[in-house]
Amino acid sequence: MSKILIRNGRFLDPSTDTDIPSGAGELLIEDGRVAAFETGGNPIPEEGAEILDAEGAWVVPGLIDVHAHLREPGQEYKEDLASGGTAAVAGGFTQVACMANTAPVNDDPSVTKYILDRAEKESPAKIRPIAAATQGLLGEVMTEMVALKEAGAIAFSDDGATISDAAVMRRVLEYSRIADAIVIVHAEDCALRGAGVVNEGAVSTKLGLPGNPAAAEEIMVARDIRLAALTGAKLHVAHVSTAGAVHMIRKAREAGLFVTAEVTPHHLTLIDEATMGFDTSTRVAPPLRSQTDVDALRRALADGTIDVIATDHAPHACYEKEVEFTEAPPGMLGLETAVAVCLELVRDGTLTPIEFIRRLSTNAAGLLSLEGGSLKVGSVADVALIQPNQEWNYDPARGFSKSRNSPWAGQSLTGRVTATIVDGRLVYHHERGVLIR
Amino acid sequence: MPTTPPSASLQEDRHPAEPAVMPMHEERVVLDNESIRRALKRISHEIVESADGTERLYLVAIPNGGVPLARLLADNLESLTGSRPPLGILDTTLYRDDLSTRGSRPLLRRTEMPSSVDDRVVVLVEDVVSTGRTIRAGMDALMDFGRPSHVRVVALVDRGHRELPIKIDYVGKNIPTQPTDRVVFHAEQLPASNSTGSAGRDARDEEITVGELELVVRSDGESLEGPE
Amino acid sequence: MIGRDILGIADLSREDIETILETAERMQEIGTREVKKVPTLRGRTVINLFFEPSTRTQTSFEIAGKRLAADVVNFSVSGSSVSKRETLLDTAKTLDAMDPDAVVVRHKVAGVPHRLAEVLKAPVINAGDGAHEHPSQALLDMLTVREQKGRIEGLTITIIGDIAHSRVARSNIYGFKKLGAEVRVAGPPTMLPADVEKSLGVKAYTNLAEAIEGADVVMALRIQMERLEGACFPSVREYAATFGLDRAKLRYAKEDAIVMHPGPVNRGVELSHELADDGPSVILDQVRNGVALRMALLYLVAGRGGH
Repeated sequence: MSKILIRNGRFLDPSTDTDIPSGAGELLIEDGRVAAFETGGNPIPEEGAEILDAEGAWVVPGLIDVHAHLREPGQEYKEDLASGGTAAVAGGFTQVACMANTAPVNDDPSVTKYILDRAEKESPAKIRPIAAATQGLLGEVMTEMVALKEAGAIAFSDDGATISDAAVMRRVLEYSRIADAIVIVHAEDCALRGAGVVNEGAVSTKLGLPGNPAAAEEIMVARDIRLAALTGAKLHVAHVSTAGAVHMIRKAREAGLFVTAEVTPHHLTLIDEATMGFDTSTRVAPPLRSQTDVDALRRALADGTIDVIATDHAPHACYEKEVEFTEAPPGMLGLETAVAVCLELVRDGTLTPIEFIRRLSTNAAGLLSLEGGSLKVGSVADVALIQPNQEWNYDPARGFSKSRNSPWAGQSLTGRVTATIVDGRLVYHHERGVLIR
Repeated sequence: MPTTPPSASLQEDRHPAEPAVMPMHEERVVLDNESIRRALKRISHEIVESADGTERLYLVAIPNGGVPLARLLADNLESLTGSRPPLGILDTTLYRDDLSTRGSRPLLRRTEMPSSVDDRVVVLVEDVVSTGRTIRAGMDALMDFGRPSHVRVVALVDRGHRELPIKIDYVGKNIPTQPTDRVVFHAEQLPASNSTGSAGRDARDEEITVGELELVVRSDGESLEGPE
Repeated sequence: MIGRDILGIADLSREDIETILETAERMQEIGTREVKKVPTLRGRTVINLFFEPSTRTQTSFEIAGKRLAADVVNFSVSGSSVSKRETLLDTAKTLDAMDPDAVVVRHKVAGVPHRLAEVLKAPVINAGDGAHEHPSQALLDMLTVREQKGRIEGLTITIIGDIAHSRVARSNIYGFKKLGAEVRVAGPPTMLPADVEKSLGVKAYTNLAEAIEGADVVMALRIQMERLEGACFPSVREYAATFGLDRAKLRYAKEDAIVMHPGPVNRGVELSHELADDGPSVILDQVRNGVALRMALLYLVAGRGGH
């Protein structure tokens, strides 16, 4: 079994609040686990280990994405578990939770098992399927949550769709308790959203495009929080985008309710004005919002109201996006750029490096009850190396995802993942490429 | 044309017989107000003499320079014959053969043709004729307005360098020039103080009277703008 | 300006607008001639690419091109790129391969001309994209106002109707403001877009009398019945009563106020029968000016150079 010795980096482990400056730490991986973690400056004997020099890099627990769309089964033309898993490790993600809006929908244990089976063979990252909350994502009849959980589903979500019927939502939340799983909601009042494609406000007014008001999200978040309170269920709000929703989530947590939340890299760094050029790679659901919303989201991420950064990686084929703005499917890529884009929050002081990693790794592990997010001795050896100051040009055509829909395409980004280790094996190295499969 | 300024080495290489390089922007007044008005008087006499009756005359000015000249001609013809010929303004820009495919299209000028040109003796009035292309464009434009019986050309100045077989019927003065010279006609246009109320005046006539006129040749080694 | 796209009034400077209007004034004269043609764009190809049917605007551009002796080709396309399974990129590349000197585009979704302009070497003229902009309409409206009033600076213009869904409103707001007029908008609250006063820099009214008080120009927009009746306003009857213009309501405006409408008019809804035809209405001048204005645009930008 392989041994890897990582030295010379700055070691950040949010699970123990450890931040070891460069040169003082060394980490030994053996048999898929962290075998030793020296923080006092004592070197670990090499003894046949492959040396990974982390000079200039942060050494962190492998990142965990709780929200991605990997498109397999059924839409492999735009992404599949192999390409998605590869994009993930190139972005430093060792575990990815994938949403159920595939074809067929992951609402049956057979589909869950198929995904796990395929991922085992094809994906360098570990894939954790999220199963649908209602059959066919139709928002009418709940899924067999117990069976799905047994098959390997780690949470339930109709993401892509919303459960509009409050009675159905209530029952879904209630039932989720015997599966002891969180229910992830794409909170949006569809009628109020209407044909909206950009944030309703100055931008929708100037562009003459139908607007999606913040109220559409706020109303649904309010509803789902009340239902969570009513049912005692565990609610997780996906891709929060509005200040109003943030406010309600904060109040709910203060009141002791189990309400967690995630925010995407794009909602943390882009505002609705980015759509002014009608670039369909900026069309996303929920839409990019105003500066006020972005400021509230950043504060919420910093103070813990929002627990994790999740990419909502949503690949679409070029020909699907090269159409009229209102016809383009919403969504953008995220796995390969999340670190670079979100490092902006470290650079401007919103988050310290260790808090940044906590929200990309440790918290996600806790949220989904997964092993990971830690460098403690005995932890699973999922590790990523990040060069926080390395500049690189992002060209999605040369990236690992099959698709190219990213608003950062062609841009110079700062911060790059240079190596990723999954279960103790080096699966990605930025110079050597993807090494497994 | 190259626009490198004169330098010592250029002077040395020059053949002794060549003329000295002109200093920048040498400007000389070739025709002053008096001479221009005299020339117009003479041209008016020539028009009256050669015309087969003056009732069918129709002056058509090519803007901008032709306009004040045509006004003065109309004044002259009115005093000579008792009746004022109709005065039109015909912008030829849309008929040019050299509209570029880069940069910007030239700004258009006003066109006003108060009456029909059918069966008329149209006299195109231009300030400076050089290559003949503007007159050619003017004739094309005129044909779209109707069928004149005759078309004649008045030019205050013929500076040569014809590129098309265009003849000037009545010329104020022939002035030989270098192709790089610029010939500029200045006409002061003043608001009218009074009008004489003759029949046949067009509305624009009443707004403006023509003041000081001057024709200038500028030699500065830079290429010409526009066709002449 | 050769080769420059005309995608919206928002991208035009005041000088650009003045140049276009002055050129259009010269083009007006050609419409009075017997032979309504000049050879200026002879041999040039203008493609009308209309994804949304529009006899008026399409014909106006066609006549404009033909008066300049251009070869005008009309492409009427039905359906979205998704329904036709041809992406906008492919449509643009195909057109570009035909070497046009100008492409006039109308589409019911905002932003389509912009996408096409990225690929096409020829200048793209936006003939209306969704609710976003309709620059040639606004320009001909400005031309008409200048003709009627001698100026635009200092005038008060009130635009009435479904502002939220109107590209004519947006383009006119940008244009008239750039030329120094004060612009007001009026309509039921359901037809005023989000944050309208701050986003577009206008004063918004839900009361017609207040909106047209002292106005020099009153512009009524067409109501799209199919889409809106029942949703944005309860009935045509109520809309006509509250926001429809007739002689009586027009008295709130200045005595010499003019009435405009981009057409076609829903008689009895936006304008009463008499106002649609009578004195203060300059609707037919707008149409006439439309051809001159579109001739000016084609004259100024057509040509594949300078992209």
